[in-house]
Amino acid sequence: MTADELLTTPLHDLHLELGAKMVAFAGYEMPVQYAEGIIQEHQHTRQHSGLFDVSHMGQVEVKGASAASDLERLLPIDLAMLPINQQRYSLLTNDAGGVRDDLMVCRRSETDFLLVVNAACKEADLHYLQQQVGRETCVKLLADRALLALQGPESIDVLGSLAPELKALNFMQAAACDIAGIHCFVTRSGYTGEDGFEISLAATDSLAFARRLLGFEQVQMIGLGARDSLRLEAGLCLYGHELSEQISPIEAGLDWVIAASRREGGAKAGSFPGDRQILQQIAGTVSRKRVGLRSQERAPIRAGTALTAPTGECVGTVTSGGYSPAAGAAIAMAYVANEFAKPGAELIAEVRGKQRSVQVVELPFVAHRYI
Amino acid sequence: MSERKYTDQHEWLQAEGDLITVGITDFAQSELGDIVFVELPEVGAQLSAGEEVIVIESVKAAGEVGSPLNGVVEAVNEALADAPETINEDPLGAGWLIKVRTDEAPDLSGFMDEAAYHAFTEEG
Repeated sequence: MTADELLTTPLHDLHLELGAKMVAFAGYEMPVQYAEGIIQEHQHTRQHSGLFDVSHMGQVEVKGASAASDLERLLPIDLAMLPINQQRYSLLTNDAGGVRDDLMVCRRSETDFLLVVNAACKEADLHYLQQQVGRETCVKLLADRALLALQGPESIDVLGSLAPELKALNFMQAAACDIAGIHCFVTRSGYTGEDGFEISLAATDSLAFARRLLGFEQVQMIGLGARDSLRLEAGLCLYGHELSEQISPIEAGLDWVIAASRREGGAKAGSFPGDRQILQQIAGTVSRKRVGLRSQERAPIRAGTALTAPTGECVGTVTSGGYSPAAGAAIAMAYVANEFAKPGAELIAEVRGKQRSVQVVELPFVAHRYI
Repeated sequence: MSERKYTDQHEWLQAEGDLITVGITDFAQSELGDIVFVELPEVGAQLSAGEEVIVIESVKAAGEVGSPLNGVVEAVNEALADAPETINEDPLGAGWLIKVRTDEAPDLSGFMDEAAYHAFTEEG
């Protein structure tokens, strides 16, 4: 794909103005970093407040009297238990018990849900949802909306000063409100492990809104590079790496995403794609599991690196790896054979012909600080 | 010390007799982004021109640096092991990578001077 064919977000000119390095990501030209660099942006977000343009992600509205029951046929979720203005993390599973996409679902009313899906999956998700829901249910991609994330411990001070009602939001709660005169739909959530917000607003309002937030001394624009290192430290899955059509949620350690009522013996057990395989794995076992890896050295151990046991047999593969500013060393996530999926297990990663020892550790690498 | 010369691989070289100091350019460090790890050859290692002997890893990517000349590694910048970010901060100074003793009197005439290198990076 050439640069001409890449899509842009409503904040594209702002990224260029701020000296962003732009890269192709999921069909969009996106900022990977700004002038300060990924490590500084990462640390700024952990200490203060980082503003991320995530408008490339898909905002999908699912509306109608049967919207809840339609979604329950596609997601291992219990929407009867989901109050209005409450958000949940969920998965579009496939018939083999793998994952089509991971997403956020927020109930805006009894019959109106807002999904946030991955940029790379959004066209496929939209098509799939439209095909699968009943005729009365309307599925629409909100292409005229921007999505911004404000992440980090001082984000509440910034947004709370503009819209005091947001101080009352708990983690994963949502509110429609005016912020600096701009109508927004806000959830207290994010992808960094920090307290923060995701803000959906009209694309045409997004530039003025971003500039208003950047006027606060706590707030700095953060690129996709730091977004990735932050989510890696937080042990959060990235679709295409830790999640795919070939990886089950149970292998990924996302058992908690399968609602109790959708499990064996539950009131609404099964009846989602791949239910048989996934429920069997919950009751029984899986052969590989997602783990965290820590190196004593700085050399990043990148996705795709093979992992071997001390005996020399291949026991897994790295799915995401990079440098952790918090650890001052390389960290990674990987899938490894069950017997090695316990903290303390020693494995060997071969990086450019050199054997580097890594240790299996608990996830996350950096404790979550949600409110 | 001689005039600094540049390669099309975004390295710089500076000669003091037959001892050549090698580093990466400001353009290269800026393209790589935050550097978090550097792997340098052993002192005493025999290098041949074009051989990839140095690995520089940034938060974004791994880059390999080839030896611009034939020679023997006389010194490596040990300080980079604990502070690889020095390459970002001072690529042409404290962020040097290795010093190579060349087999014969070095001929750097085939490399670019600063003006030519500048034009080369502008072409993209």
